[in-house]
Amino acid sequence: MTTRRKLLTIVCESDLEKKLGDEVMAFGAHGYTVTEARGRGAGGERDAAWGPSGNIRMEVICEAAVADSIAAHLRKTYFEHYALVLYMSDVDVLRGEKF
Amino acid sequence: MEPVVVFFLLGVAGGLLRSDLKFPPAFYEAISIYLLLAIGLKGGVELARHPLASVIVPSLVVLALGVAIPLAAYPILRYAGGLKRADAASIAAHYGSVSVVTFAVASAFLVRQNVSHEGLLTVFLVLLEAPAILIGVMLARGVGAGTAFGPVAREVVLGKSVFLLLGGLVVGWVIGPEGIAPLGPLFIDLFKGVLALFLLEMGLVAARQSAALRRFGPFLLVFAIVMPLLSAALGLTAGHLLGLSIGGLTLLATLAASASYIAAPAAMRIAVPDANPALSLGASLGITFPFNLIVGIPLYYQAAIRVNGG
Repeated sequence: MTTRRKLLTIVCESDLEKKLGDEVMAFGAHGYTVTEARGRGAGGERDAAWGPSGNIRMEVICEAAVADSIAAHLRKTYFEHYALVLYMSDVDVLRGEKF
Repeated sequence: MEPVVVFFLLGVAGGLLRSDLKFPPAFYEAISIYLLLAIGLKGGVELARHPLASVIVPSLVVLALGVAIPLAAYPILRYAGGLKRADAASIAAHYGSVSVVTFAVASAFLVRQNVSHEGLLTVFLVLLEAPAILIGVMLARGVGAGTAFGPVAREVVLGKSVFLLLGGLVVGWVIGPEGIAPLGPLFIDLFKGVLALFLLEMGLVAARQSAALRRFGPFLLVFAIVMPLLSAALGLTAGHLLGLSIGGLTLLATLAASASYIAAPAAMRIAVPDANPALSLGASLGITFPFNLIVGIPLYYQAAIRVNGG
């Protein structure tokens, strides 16, 4: 009844939201979910107190191949200069054709 | 001291003492929308008193000012400061662009001195927001086919601040002084109170930014105080050429001296990823913003009196 997919989670600066959303879709994802986030890491404290310190968490459920190509693109484009964390896990979804 | 500036100092104290005071992001968003719209509306109503054609020449002079400031700042940052190209370009963009809140505090200062100013100044505020950001991208990336100005230009022009300021201007211009009357209680009477709240929040944020700046040595600290003085002199010169009143001169000098910390950071983050935002924000928000509020505005006002009198 369920289908195995990848859940790709990206935590990054909120300035990137629009650009990342467009890119994720261009790589073949069928959608994504964004939530506001805050936290602390190598890029300093991101306390979301005002615009430039805002953070988001973007979650993408997609096929493994799509997740891999998105991950490769993000690694190449953003890892060097942006506060960005990326991780993947397996999820079992209902209605696999949606993802 | 201007009352709203005291709220800013309260925020700075809260930040330095590491108070857990924090504005909900949605509230910060909401009051910044309010301030932008209110400033636009007031300017629009003022503008309705003048023929539109009289705006064109002054606008061109002010656009030239918006281009000149980042071009003057860049070599100072790059060669005197030894900053890398991306950082120098990004900081230059911040200093060429403007801070709406600094403008609002200067307007409040003028009201307290009983000095009026031309409605045109709100148009200048809008005009000065974008050019420096585009110049900054050009300085960082060079002028070539590979440089994507389109998305940056769209981001700046359709971004929240220019859209609301310009939108407010148009609405104010269309509805005129009589139309604004029923909206007055919200957009005019409450303005200073909301500005005080906003400055409290900015004080908290500025305290954190100036802490980050300490890691980068004395050059940026000096730059963040000397650059606004140079820019203010350019602003006064341009204002003198345009024959502005004392109020107008003060505001144009303040606009020139102010540094962006909302539109420029967002645009530079996308267009010039290798520039370190801690440097530009530390300087513009951590040093220049408080400097202008406390020392700059009264100073530019005194200078405007001299320029206008002599």
